[in-house]
Amino acid sequence: MAYLTIENFNKSFGNTKVLKGINLSMEKGEVVSIIGSSGSGKTTLLRCINFLETPDNGVMMLDGSTLFNSEQNYKDSEKILREKRLNFGLVFQSFNLFPQYNVFNNISLAPTLLLKDKLKELKKQLKAQKLSAKEIKTRINEFKENEKKIIEQDTFELLEKIGLSDKKDAFPCELSGGQCQRVAIARALALKPKILCFDEPTSALDPELTGEVLKVIRSLKDEDRTMIIVTHEMGFAKHVSDKIVFMADGIIEEEGEPKTILENPKSEKLKAFLHGVSEKDGE
Amino acid sequence: MDFIAISQGLMDGFVTTLLLFLLTLVFSLPLGLLVAFCTMSKFAPLRILFKLIVWVLRGTPLMLQIFVIFYVPGLLTDGQFVWPTMNTGWVWFDKTVSTRFLAALVAFSINYAAYFSEIFRGGIESINKGQTEAGMVLGMTKSQIFFKVVLLQVVKRILPPMSNETITLVKDTSLANTIGVIDLMYKASEQLLNGYIWVIFYAGLFYLLFTGLLSLLFGYIEKKLSYFKA
Ligand SMILES: Nc1ncnc2c1ncn2[C@@H]1O[C@H](COP(=O)(O)OP(=O)(O)OP(=O)(O)O)[C@@H](O)[C@H]1O
Ligand SMILES: [Mg+2]
Repeated sequence: MAYLTIENFNKSFGNTKVLKGINLSMEKGEVVSIIGSSGSGKTTLLRCINFLETPDNGVMMLDGSTLFNSEQNYKDSEKILREKRLNFGLVFQSFNLFPQYNVFNNISLAPTLLLKDKLKELKKQLKAQKLSAKEIKTRINEFKENEKKIIEQDTFELLEKIGLSDKKDAFPCELSGGQCQRVAIARALALKPKILCFDEPTSALDPELTGEVLKVIRSLKDEDRTMIIVTHEMGFAKHVSDKIVFMADGIIEEEGEPKTILENPKSEKLKAFLHGVSEKDGE
Repeated sequence: MDFIAISQGLMDGFVTTLLLFLLTLVFSLPLGLLVAFCTMSKFAPLRILFKLIVWVLRGTPLMLQIFVIFYVPGLLTDGQFVWPTMNTGWVWFDKTVSTRFLAALVAFSINYAAYFSEIFRGGIESINKGQTEAGMVLGMTKSQIFFKVVLLQVVKRILPPMSNETITLVKDTSLANTIGVIDLMYKASEQLLNGYIWVIFYAGLFYLLFTGLLSLLFGYIEKKLSYFKA
């Protein structure tokens, strides 16, 4: 069984059907790129995967366990939903960095907040063991200090990975778009998601800044990270992907190896789409 | 009467004004936030009810509301209801007017909660949805997203209208003297009627100094928050 399996995802907004039965599967360590014209439902699919939207229909399984099944007749609690979201990371087109935090804190904020939850759990456990108040306190402090150090170290490593160690104290408004997006990638990585999703990570950038972001994503590919990338950068998709998926009008029109998809398209829609892209690039 | 004695009298009145101002903020700010959430609620009846309340409170004069709060409960209950006397025991707080003070405080707090709620709502709604979504995909709870991500950005955005509204509140407190709260305005008009024309200008100076200090304070906070763009 595949690492991630999506079956028959359907999603409508009002009367507009945006996803009309998406089936997608991928293996661990694979990179899948999603291409397709504007409005074909790429963003909606990523949002469904990340539990920002709830599909009307469908099943999603990750690593052998069912994360979503429209047949189940109960609603996930807020807490369960949060835990499920943590399986995935999402890098937005418009970065969405937190403007009031510097680069370091943008990356370490979420892990630090999660640590608070963990501390509460630990406290409960220790109390159940009927330890003395003092003992509980020292144990918790020990754990906290240790975890904090780990978060700090992780953050420094991520900063190095995105090549922004010297910008750790800068605020988002002091960074270029490319630097912002690199920070956003590090921020998503800080929670160690099983699958990292990108929604047109370079579309909001000036052309001369796309390279630095794509380079970071390529380095993640070299680490065998599992990624789903919605992109309009055909050249990049070709090099980085194990599989390219072409979406049109809410369905997956064609999918396959990058070379086949880009050089030997079968469906008319994909041919037309690729033709349009190459014309744009030729301008 | 000499300058010192009059200054003393105005100072006493000013303490009441200051107290009314501060207590109004203490109650109306959290209440306003609560009302803001109600007017943004997904639950339609709650949302509509509170939008209606806010509309009425902003659409009628504050002085009318003060009269309603102070007189109507007593009139409706044939004098059964009396605003309670607060036994503060503070030397500078005239016990005989404290029932009036309490009524004024209630009226101000409700009225300003309505105004603040609109400012808060505007501020919260102006924050890019992407900020909330970024928090969600990072596994944050709703309250973490509000307090750790959204709030400071809202504060920064609403600082200018909040500054205006707060300064208006300073001046609005003078309406309390219409139900006999012995505030700065009350003390000044007392002396005016005694023939001391200059006292009314002197009182104006008190207000001016107070609003001036507030402007400086807001300017300071604005500068403190200028390290980021939101
Ligand atoms: N929240 C929403 N409410 C209503 N319609 C929506 C909503 N989100 C998306 N849509 C519609 O769904 C369709 C698909 O949108 P989506 O953003 O998924 O496309 P996309 O493939 O990501 O396009 P693009 O390349 O422009 O980003 C569009 O027609 C859009 O107008
Ligand atoms: Mg999109």
